[in-house]
Amino acid sequence: MTTIQGKTGEWEVVIGLEIHAQVISAAKLFSGAPTDFGAEANTQVSFVDAAMPGMLPVINEFCVEQAVRTGLGLKAEINLYSVFDRKNYFYPDLPAGYQISQYQQPIVGKGTVYLDLPNGETRAVGITRLHLEQDAGKSLHDQHPDLTYVDLNRCGIALMEIVSEPDLRSAEEAGVYLRKLRSILRYLGTCDGNMEQGSLRCDANVSVRRPGEDYGTRSEIKNVNSIRFVQQAIEYEARRQIELREEGGTVAQETRLFDSRKGVTRLMRTKEEAHDYRYFPDPDLLPLILDKEWVEKIKAGLPELPDEKKARFMADYGLSAYDAGVLVAERETADYYEAVVGGGGGEDRRDPKLVANWVINELFGQLSKAGKSINDIPPERFAGLIDLVVEEKVSARSAKEVLTVMLVTGKDAARIVAEKGLEQVSDAGAIEAAVDRVLTDQADEVAAYKAGKEKLFGFLMGQVMRATQGKASPKLVNEVLRKKLGGK
Amino acid sequence: MALDKATVAHIAILARIKATDQELDHLVGELSKILAWVEQLGEVDTENVAPMTGVAGMKLPRRQDVVTERESVDTVLANAPASARGFFSVPKVLE
Amino acid sequence: MGALTELTIAEARDGLAKGTFSARELAEAHIRAVEAARPLNALITETPERAREMAEASDARRKRGDAGLMEGIPIAVKDLFCTAGVLATAGSHILDGFKPAYESTVTAQLWQAGAVMLGKANMDEFAMGSSNMTSYYGAAENPWRRQGGGDNRPLVPGGSSGGSAALVAARAALGAIGTDTGGSIRQPASFCGVVGLKPTYGRCSRWGIVAFASSLDQAGPMTRTVRDAAIMLRAMAGHDPGDSTSAPVDVPDYEAALTGDVRGLKIGIPKEYRVDGMPAEIEELWRRGMDWLEAAGAEAVEVSLPHTRYALPTYYIIAPAEASSNLARYDGVRYGLRVEGKTPEEMYETTRAEGFGAEVKRRVLIGTYVLSAGYYDAYYLKAQKVRSLIAQDFKDAFESVDLVLTPTAPSAAFPVGEKMDDPIAMYLNDVFTVPASLAGLPGISVPAGLSADGLPLGLQIIGRAFDEETVLRVADVLEKAAGFDARPQFIAGV
Repeated sequence: MTTIQGKTGEWEVVIGLEIHAQVISAAKLFSGAPTDFGAEANTQVSFVDAAMPGMLPVINEFCVEQAVRTGLGLKAEINLYSVFDRKNYFYPDLPAGYQISQYQQPIVGKGTVYLDLPNGETRAVGITRLHLEQDAGKSLHDQHPDLTYVDLNRCGIALMEIVSEPDLRSAEEAGVYLRKLRSILRYLGTCDGNMEQGSLRCDANVSVRRPGEDYGTRSEIKNVNSIRFVQQAIEYEARRQIELREEGGTVAQETRLFDSRKGVTRLMRTKEEAHDYRYFPDPDLLPLILDKEWVEKIKAGLPELPDEKKARFMADYGLSAYDAGVLVAERETADYYEAVVGGGGGEDRRDPKLVANWVINELFGQLSKAGKSINDIPPERFAGLIDLVVEEKVSARSAKEVLTVMLVTGKDAARIVAEKGLEQVSDAGAIEAAVDRVLTDQADEVAAYKAGKEKLFGFLMGQVMRATQGKASPKLVNEVLRKKLGGK
Repeated sequence: MALDKATVAHIAILARIKATDQELDHLVGELSKILAWVEQLGEVDTENVAPMTGVAGMKLPRRQDVVTERESVDTVLANAPASARGFFSVPKVLE
Repeated sequence: MGALTELTIAEARDGLAKGTFSARELAEAHIRAVEAARPLNALITETPERAREMAEASDARRKRGDAGLMEGIPIAVKDLFCTAGVLATAGSHILDGFKPAYESTVTAQLWQAGAVMLGKANMDEFAMGSSNMTSYYGAAENPWRRQGGGDNRPLVPGGSSGGSAALVAARAALGAIGTDTGGSIRQPASFCGVVGLKPTYGRCSRWGIVAFASSLDQAGPMTRTVRDAAIMLRAMAGHDPGDSTSAPVDVPDYEAALTGDVRGLKIGIPKEYRVDGMPAEIEELWRRGMDWLEAAGAEAVEVSLPHTRYALPTYYIIAPAEASSNLARYDGVRYGLRVEGKTPEEMYETTRAEGFGAEVKRRVLIGTYVLSAGYYDAYYLKAQKVRSLIAQDFKDAFESVDLVLTPTAPSAAFPVGEKMDDPIAMYLNDVFTVPASLAGLPGISVPAGLSADGLPLGLQIIGRAFDEETVLRVADVLEKAAGFDARPQFIAGV
């Protein structure tokens, strides 16, 4: 069990997350206005979005489909009968004075997300529900000293609110959950998961308790916009609650805001100030009734999801759980990996473990250093490099250099190798000459080696490689060197 | 149910309608009377009765995911009592 | 040629078709009548220039040979409909200066059919009222006055579509469109001696109509004859993909349904409508209505609508609840009145305090209360259940009868200024119209007689959902039998 050590003993942190995920769709949930991000203020607004008098909502079928698809991806119950309610509150970026949401009868019920924890454990986290609702507009508070500006572009975009059970026990687990959920949403193509742009937002419910006790009173931290901040906010909030209780205080049920500059949470409103949303079924709409066959059709069209893909990578490619997990985290990466392996998984495929190794350790590392993505290097081009390594036309060391050049120039591996003269030297005569030169130059080390200081073999090996600018076949160098040193 | 003044004041805040003390006093009586009158519904046995969810008895129609409406910013702001630089403007929200 | 303002829509249509007069001439006559009708305060905005343009365009269309169903017919539009570029007030201060950039579906269809707009008619604020006295723009007056030398105070035209009813009665418009949420077309029709039809919920699109209570609001025609209502409804009705509650059903030729033959139809007389204190003259009129229809070959049958007495309290939970939410958008941010404040909260509270009148505030507060935490089940949910029972009552009754006949209102028009201090007494005006509204059924009020002091009284016919044809057919027979030819004291047309 993950616990936090307080002054007076151990504490367990209990976390549930509420995710708001913007649905990928061309038009909004109840209007025909576009959903593009980053447009000029108030240029993506219909009369419905601006809640002009007499305007009425008509639901976007694709948004419903996306919610169902997400529910299926979360292994959740799809409710064939759901109801849209009005959630009433006043705010300048909520034009109608109510948000169309789902309250008592959401479109998706209970589901499960599986987490791979860093300690190797798998943890099931319960999904309580998923419902469809409208996003609000944006209020800009920093444009004018006395005014708040309102942009309604975002207003009315479909959101899925995904509520988890209080099954998470640490900030780290919350991070793993968020990454996993984001991965699933991206696999499904239902949300782009971009937290910076606000297409994925997170509220965290945090409480602490002594191990074995009932749940403590929770506070809700609103609208945290990165995984790192979610973790920081939880850490801070858990500590705050523990200190409060250890000093004899009680945690109040309240809503708090995370201040990312100071790394603290602060009070937004107390329970007494909590909104009275006066939910009631939206009389402009009717209950949403889904055909079972329609849901089945969506289910049949679901892509392979991270969990299944990981299992397949382990079984078919013999990858470790860790490597498989890294590769499937993003659908793009997994697809890339499989494209490099190639051969449709049959006889012609490249060595899957070798490819995994190169993709995870070399490609990812160099890409992130260069600030690039896998989109900058087509899988065929990267596969060409792997082939040269396998065919021993280039040494591993040179191959890394080739990759670096490849990322800059976009040239093929073979061409880079030729231009840079990086072909692996497998000419026995040339290698022998190089070995002879090293043995002459390093007479003292050779003597010491022969006197029993066997560790020096590696040094001598290195000297030969250096003398050949790393182009010599390490295997051949090894053989020749051993022979010349006395055939051990 | 007879409403008290505090309740009416609370409802007025929820509804964002400013009411003077005098208005509240008057509303307490009026609203209480109306509520007492509608409460005769309590006499009706509604056990096993489903609430009405739609008058027309039809299926919720659905729209295709196609962009069909995009008003110009000038049209959107045309009736706004206050706007600036393409935004609606309101007194500063204190977070 | 007689006065053009005295024509029915059907007669005007024929005159225009024959070329006896032009749409422009018909419009001019009505523009003059509208000016003459100003003492009634029945219009909030007059649109004479637009009327002339539309009439000329109509004449041009007719010349080209593509005349629509309402070609050249000048009408008034209740100021709850958004018409592009024309002030839309909903009778409220809070919509000050609001000019929508869009056209409601119903008005768009009417213009498409060739109708000509005379102006935007006065109404109770946000359609909340039965007298037109809650309008921010002042009460509209009924063109009728009591006869007999006694009390001769100005009378209310009823409401909320009071301006529309007064204009049609005073011959300032050939027809008008109203909206009916709990009786807002039928009751003013009864008070002003005109025909008013509330179609089935879902028959006419609500798109572009300022919302009062979304599950009840329905647009309909107000005319001087049943035939005119049939002509107008055909132009107004139809499925609108922009309104999720608009029914995807075909629109029949309602005029063709006016066969005059009601033989064999069973007319239900709901015993629960014999409410305590019903004036004898209204009961008598109801009786006569049954006799007329029986004389025409229909059969009057007593039916029971057991939950009738709960209709008004049910309505006064559901309508305010929906209104409290529908009216939340009037916040001073995007359109209409704004009273500045230091914070948005202050701006909201003062804008809404100043912008809404007393009745609107009352209903918004009641609606807010019945939806608030802890009270939803006891009020709103309970009311929606009782509403189911009321709808079921009608379904049961329609197993054995084809229509239901009732009085439209429990009294004739009352003087301006009365009942304003007693909301419940005011609400009782709608006792006979609200049940059909809750059930979503079509209902029509037909002028059927005069009260002892010479004021018009209407009878209501309620039909099955989407069976406006039978409703109109019987209303036409009732109208002919009643032979209502009394005229209001104030006639605007010359």
